[in-house]
Amino acid sequence: MRPFTFTQVQDVDTAVQEVSAEGAKFIAGGTNLLDLMKIDVMSPSHLVDITKIALNTIEETEEGGLRLGALVTNADTAYHELVESRYPLLSHAILAGATAQLRNMATNGGNLLQRTRCYYFYDTQTPCNKREPGSGCSAIKGYNRDLAILGTSEHCIATHPSDMCVALAALEATVRVKGPQGERTIPFAEFHRLPGDTPHLDSNLQPDEIITAIDLPAQGFAQHYTYLKLRDRASYAFALVSVAAALDLEGSTIKKARIALGGVAHKPWRVPEAEAFLQGKEVTTENFRRVAEAYLLGAKGYGDNTFKVELAKRAIVRALEQATKMEPTS
Amino acid sequence: MNKENAVGTAEVTRPTLPQTRTVTLTVNGTKHQLQLAPWTSVLDALREYLHLTGTKKGCDHGQCGACTILLDGKRINSCLTLAVMQEGKEITTVEGLAKDGELHPVQQAFIEHDAFQCGYCTPGQICSVIGLVNEGKAKTLEDIKDLMSGNICRCGAYANIVQVAQEALERRTGL
Repeated sequence: MRPFTFTQVQDVDTAVQEVSAEGAKFIAGGTNLLDLMKIDVMSPSHLVDITKIALNTIEETEEGGLRLGALVTNADTAYHELVESRYPLLSHAILAGATAQLRNMATNGGNLLQRTRCYYFYDTQTPCNKREPGSGCSAIKGYNRDLAILGTSEHCIATHPSDMCVALAALEATVRVKGPQGERTIPFAEFHRLPGDTPHLDSNLQPDEIITAIDLPAQGFAQHYTYLKLRDRASYAFALVSVAAALDLEGSTIKKARIALGGVAHKPWRVPEAEAFLQGKEVTTENFRRVAEAYLLGAKGYGDNTFKVELAKRAIVRALEQATKMEPTS
Repeated sequence: MNKENAVGTAEVTRPTLPQTRTVTLTVNGTKHQLQLAPWTSVLDALREYLHLTGTKKGCDHGQCGACTILLDGKRINSCLTLAVMQEGKEITTVEGLAKDGELHPVQQAFIEHDAFQCGYCTPGQICSVIGLVNEGKAKTLEDIKDLMSGNICRCGAYANIVQVAQEALERRTGL
């Protein structure tokens, strides 16, 4: 690891001030950042330890939702009584990711900001536009089994690796951030970016902003939900395809449907128009398949990952069927 | 931030290394004052500065679990956490589990169930099982397998390790 200076801050304003220095980065759980620093993919010259800031609570909001502090660990969030009872989709998604050890360290804010697991991003001997803008993409014509099939660009086909974020997208969470200009909120769908010609930017968070909390709206879809994660082994592997499915049903009629995909794009993938198609429809495999087709419109395989197009469609159908039958687990 | 200590990534001039700082770590109930560079992981602090080599360095990237320790009773990867960030926390390593000459029940169970061959992953496995019991979330065999997936055993002693975990959960042998 390259040498760096280190400081610990106690409040958000000081944190924002410290991180505006050239080469400065926040550290909280550190599980992704230190990993990347050890292999020189990231090399901040100054680390700002934010773990002492009081952003470590989960509280109910006036709107009937839940505010998840940015520094609450992934484990404490997944096992929190109110998250388990009102947002079980989120609990399941968090617990589908990483390991107990990592979830005990990793924070909610950090989960949103974790970097892609594209092999070429990790391999500093190969070109990667995300790691080194303008150097080229090794993945497009390389080994790309794990990589994106939706929203890609000629510059990058990386995926966002989070499970938690897929559930947050389906639940339409809001990200609260603070910077030198004060606080602002970012709808979850607008938090992460597509690669376009700036794949080095993962999200719309500015370098001098800090995530303070994630707000969950009142509707938690606690009855009919599924987080379906398909991967090469049953635990501690990133998703080939994952689906967060949530249904609001009246008998067998769909009042509202939410679907978000993981493992297929640079951000959790949602197609609100396709979700809207399900509104007022019956829970039939045929309707689910039509939505699945609509979700994968424009999908593009790159060889090793082409199988994910059909896999994603089938995963959507299965997740919606499981959500209907109240079978939440993979 | 002390500007004199700032280190850029440019290699034009030889950078001045940031100074070490005094870090107080509480390990197995004893406070230790160490002079550490900020990039020293808890794992390196334990092994290289406190000479507690029970905690193993496997991958050094949070993938194998050999470095698992308990931080305030919760299992974490000590390779992915900085020592400077853990002042005031209770660190428990495999060396701190036996009490009054008696092995911790989970250590004893590893012997009784023959739950290791080479032993390299064992300290991490033991701490992880204790963390599993402390968390109290594993109800089924599948839960155990899932919640122990952060510890790799290349000898393949998994079947026996799972037996240890089952027994530990039944007896609630946490910290």
